[in-house]
This record gives sequence, structure tokens and C-alpha cells, in this order.
Amino acid sequence: MSFSWAKPYEPKSPFMRWLDERLPLPRVVYGAIGGGYPVPRNLNYFWNFGVLAGIFLTIQIVTGIVLAMHYFATTEGAFNSVNQLIMRDVNAGWLLRYAHMNGASFFFIVTYVHIFRGLYYGSYKAPRELVWMLGLVIYLLMMATAFMGYVLPWGQMSYWGAQVITGFFSAFPIVGEPLRVWLLGGYAPDEAALTRFFSLHYLLPFVIAAVVILHIWALHIPGSGNPTGVDVKDERDTLPFHPFYTAKDGWFAGAVLLLYAVVTYFAPNYLGHPDNYIPANPLATPAHIVPEWYFWPFYAILRSFTFDFILPAKLWGVLAMFGSILLLFFLPWIDKSPIRSGNYRPIFKRFFWLLVIDVLILGYIGGAEINPFNIALGQIAAAYYFLHFLVILPLVSRFETPLPLPNSITESVLGAEAVETAPVASKKKRGGTIASATAE
Amino acid sequence: MVRVIGFLVGLVFAGVLLISLITGFATYLKNPPAPLASTEFHKAPRPLHLASDGPFGKFDKRQLQRGFQVYSEVCSACHSMNLVSFRDLKGLGYNDAEIKKIASDWKTQVPSINPDTGEAATRKALPSDHIPAPFPNEVAARAANNNALPPDLSLITKAREGGAAYVHSLLTGYTNEVGYKNDKGEELLKKFPDAKTPENLHFNPYFANLNIAMPPPLTADGQVTYEDGTKPTVEQMSTDVAAFLVWTAEPNLEARHAAGIAVVIFLLIGTILGYLAYKQTWYEAKRAVRPTGVLDPENQAKNRRAKAKAGIAG
Repeated sequence: MSFSWAKPYEPKSPFMRWLDERLPLPRVVYGAIGGGYPVPRNLNYFWNFGVLAGIFLTIQIVTGIVLAMHYFATTEGAFNSVNQLIMRDVNAGWLLRYAHMNGASFFFIVTYVHIFRGLYYGSYKAPRELVWMLGLVIYLLMMATAFMGYVLPWGQMSYWGAQVITGFFSAFPIVGEPLRVWLLGGYAPDEAALTRFFSLHYLLPFVIAAVVILHIWALHIPGSGNPTGVDVKDERDTLPFHPFYTAKDGWFAGAVLLLYAVVTYFAPNYLGHPDNYIPANPLATPAHIVPEWYFWPFYAILRSFTFDFILPAKLWGVLAMFGSILLLFFLPWIDKSPIRSGNYRPIFKRFFWLLVIDVLILGYIGGAEINPFNIALGQIAAAYYFLHFLVILPLVSRFETPLPLPNSITESVLGAEAVETAPVASKKKRGGTIASATAE
Repeated sequence: MVRVIGFLVGLVFAGVLLISLITGFATYLKNPPAPLASTEFHKAPRPLHLASDGPFGKFDKRQLQRGFQVYSEVCSACHSMNLVSFRDLKGLGYNDAEIKKIASDWKTQVPSINPDTGEAATRKALPSDHIPAPFPNEVAARAANNNALPPDLSLITKAREGGAAYVHSLLTGYTNEVGYKNDKGEELLKKFPDAKTPENLHFNPYFANLNIAMPPPLTADGQVTYEDGTKPTVEQMSTDVAAFLVWTAEPNLEARHAAGIAVVIFLLIGTILGYLAYKQTWYEAKRAVRPTGVLDPENQAKNRRAKAKAGIAG
């Protein structure tokens, strides 16, 4: 699709030839994830996480469809349909349910690695801005889907989580409260909210799948990025996706699924909250309302605004929380440095790791109980989050002196042999660039 | 333009956070939060080791039966077990006849209708029935328990932080608040003279707010008589009932562990094979892409020609 040397599809059997002439679906697949997609040869393991996200989306859809066959979307029946029918009476229902519960967590884990991969290696930069933005759309859809899915078992955290999150909308003046009531179909989460959440929870994964297709399509126009950030120059810089990256993705997917299996089978409730095994009770508020772990950084940002400065603190919190994701859409224009990879940006690299630590702190604070120390730490971490993207990044991209880039992808990977055959005079220089390229 | 707007937005958010930080600090200095008895004198559950722990854990069925006996003779006076049917008791090692007898002997009957008149009636429980609740509804349960609602126990070990260890600690943790000291050696009533346990509540440092409505349920050794000859100490009874409640919350635990081990072995083999396949696939690509390397298009074409000549496929 993207490079002139991409191998065209050649049907291997008469049936495939027949099919290809009438509906070139095999051709499309071959060009997307087969031997017809040339990929930079120097990808590291951080490039495996997109495929992993696709695997977990598939697991979620398959387990979710079967779970929906046994689920009752009523306030009377929801809790028992999950905890009695599915967990006890449906054949292997406990497996489907735990696989779906932990599948959501793992979907977020691999997606977070995928996003931070993009941040470090500048995957959002031209010509891949749309790939990045479509990815953020997927992420937003994932968050909506996960939130609504967590409401479905109708436990205490389901109910109060729904109460808190839909309460965000009431922070907006005038339109807020009517909007919240309209979205919920009532003044508090109830039957109307549960049934619409179920309907949307079933719909959105298919919307995600559709956007994933756009995401991959947009990616295949310029082709995959790579850890050096240097553009592909000729055929030697690439390898066909199949068999090279299918083999690499294959074994790595096995390793991650192993981890997923260990959690699902031996600690299935580790990532959940005990309160969700108590049926929803609108009259009893849990001691600590916390969302699922993957929302904790945003929850921390929301809670960090404690002072009514012109606007109410709650509105500040909601604006900042939405803003913290929305600003990522502008990243391609905020970070103007032409160097993509963080490997060649010494100052950017330090700030990047600071951001990673910052988000981990925000995550911890979002899940921890409220006390003056945690609130203060959360406020500092939240301030850094905004300063990082909106103030530090533009300044760094303006004043930083990047390290020299390797001449080509091939040179950066096949260092030893390239150096061996290279003339003695240039040995040192090349060795230097190679060392900096592989230092990470 | 994007960067200028972004710059300002970033500064505004950071500024408001700074103001929040400073005002929060000022409030903290002006009136520091008062210490709470429920945080300083609350105890984390004591560790409890059960046969079902760990990836190879299996239930000790005799212990589960003893735990069920404690539930049916003590706990079930107030606590329901809505998600468990009598037929599920097969998981404890009872046979069909025993389950039938347990069901029909159960102290509460199940609601039914009189087949002749259609009026509300009750009948003896069948193995297909869920274990009947001690009270017909929440109002009745509260009326009988000083307005406290005894929670359903089916999922209790999954619904409380600490699980079975919490249940065990709670059951054995009743004590007198007079003279009670925490791990730091501070005495509760000296530090918080107002923390007296209210009437109708009972002091228990393992309970979140230290005062629980449930009176101590297991008070004396020998409260139940175990058929298998195990000595029914309070410690033993509370351990047994905690083990039983792990089973009620997670009756498929053994199947889950067994399947998990099979899946892990399967994936381990698959991953190792996949890794070897990956190494094999990448062998050539990794080492040689010098201009004269194997993956050089010219060399590949040469290779293909040679293979075609020799009649080798590929």
C-alpha cells in the first residue's frame, strides 16, 4: 500500500483467485497485515501493543456477546443475573465473566503502553497526525464503554460510580442539570439509565472496531513509524509484516495472554473493588467512591480542584479532566520539533520520564483515600500534567538541540555488520550514533 | 496560535491548582483535621490460611461441612444466603439423600400457595430451592435486629476488604472497649473519651467504625457439636465458617484453579514455541542486511533462480 516495493497479492489457490477477482478482500488483508505490508525492520517490543489492543478488543467482544445472552438489564435482576446466573449456573459463566472483567483491565494496560509509546517516539507527528487522533477517539470510546460496563452488575460501586460520573455534567451552569437528567432518564441512576447503558455498552465496541479500521487505514498510508523516527528510505529498511512481525507479535501475545490468564484464573478480583459485590443501594453511600483503576489519574485531576476561583471548584475539575484528554488532540501542533524519536531528544526524554512518573502518581492519588497530604501531592502532579503538555513541550521543542540522527534505519539496526564492512575512518562516528540509538 | 492558546490554558489550570494548594495548606494550618478513633484504633484483619488459598488451593470439604453446620445453627438465625441453593451443597460432599433431608428439615419454610384455595402458604424446602431467608423482608429483618440489617452472606468474602480473614477476625475480635489498646499502646478511652460504644452496639476493632450492631455470635467453645469429632473452639468455628463463606462466594474456585493451571501450561508451551518460531523467522533478517546480505533483493532473486533451477519449492 505504502511503498513501491510492497509485494502485490498473488492468489495461491483457484478459490482465492476466484474470490479476489470478485471481492478483493484477501488483497486488502494481505496488504494490511500480510506479506504485502512493508514494516521498518527495527521495531522494538513497544510496537507490539497495537496488535495486543486488537486482541483484547476481540476478547471483550466475544465474551461480552455471550455474557449479554444471560444478563438481565433491570435494576431488580441485574445483580443476581451476574452473581447468581452467570457466576454459578451458566456453564463456564464464571470464566466468561472474569475474562471480561479482567479483559477490560488488560485492554487498558496495553492501550496505555501503546499511547506512551506514541508519546515517546513522536508517533503523533506528521504525517501520522490522523492516526494519533483516531487513536484518541478509540481511547475516548473505550472509556465510555468501560464506564457503562462497570455499571451493569448494579453493585454499590456501579451505582455510585454512575451517580458521580453523570454528576460531572451538572457542573456546567444552566444546561448542566437538565442535561444530566436527560442523559440518565431520571434524577438518579435507575432502570432507564441501566437499560440505555446496556444498549450503548453493546453498541460502542463495534464503533470502536470501526474506528480501529480507520486507525489502521490511516497508518498504512505513511506506514509504521520506528524507534529512530527516521523515514524508510529503501527496501532494505523494511521487512514484510508477515512472517516477520506476525511471528514477533505472536510469541509476545502469548506472553501477555499468560499474564492475563494468571490474573483471570488466580486473582480475578484483584483489580476490582469489593463494594461491587454488594447490591446497589441508593440509600447507602460507600465510604470511598472510586472508579476502576484505569480512570484514577483523571479522577485525581478532578479532585485536585478544591477552591472556587471565579468558577466553582467542581466545574474547574470537570473542565480540567476533559481538558487533560482533549489537549492530546493538539499534540501534533504543540510539539513542533521535527525529530520524532525521544532517543535523539535529550531534554525531551527527561521530561517524558517525568511525565510517566507524574501520571503514575496521579493514578495512585486517584485511588487512594483523601487526606491533606494526598490532595496536595495530587495538586502538584495535576499541575505538572498541564504544564508538561502545554508549557514545557512547546518550549523544549523550540530550544532543544537534538542528537544526530542515523542515516538510515538499516544503519541503526545492523550496526555491527555495517561497521565491519565500513571503511576504518568512519568507524568511530558510526559506532557513536549506533550506541545512542540503542541506548534505550 | 494553538501553542499560544495552549500555553495560556496550561498556565490557568496550573495557577488554579496552585491557588487550591495554597488555600488547602492554609486551611490545614488553621484547623488541622481532628484524628479519628475509627482510623487510629481500627485493626487490619489477622492473616488466615485456608486450604483454598493459592493457585493450587482446593476446598477442605470436611471443613466446609463444619462451616455449613455453624452457618445453619448460628448465623442463619439472622443472615440470609440468597444465592445458594440446597442442590449446590453437593459441592460440600453431601449426597442427594442428605441434601433432600437438609432441605426439608430447614427451619424456615419456603413461600408457596395452597393448591386448593390459591391462598399464600408455606411448604418444606426442596433441593432446587434457594436456602430460605430467616426474615421475609428487610423491614422484618430490621425490626428483629434493633433496626440493623444483617447482610446476605452469599458473597460476603468477596464484598469485604480482607475477605475470609476479615470474617474470621471479626468473629473472634469482640472485646471490651474499656482498656482496649491499639498496636501503638494508646488506650482508646483515654485518647477519645467520647468513643464509648453506644447501647445496642458491640465493640469490635476489626469493624470499620469499631462498633458493630451484631452481638458476638460465637461466644463459647462447644456452641455447636461437630460430627467429625473436631473440637468446636471459637477459633475453630470461626475459621470453619470463614472457609464455608469462601465457598459460597466462589463455588467454582476449584474448577477455576484447575482450568487456570491447564491454561497456563498450554500458553507457556505455545509461547515458547512461538518464541522459537520467531527466532527462526528472524534469523536471517537479524544478521545480514549488508548490501551483499541474504535479504538483498538481488541476492534474493539469485536465490530464487537457483532454487527454481534445482526444483526446490519456495
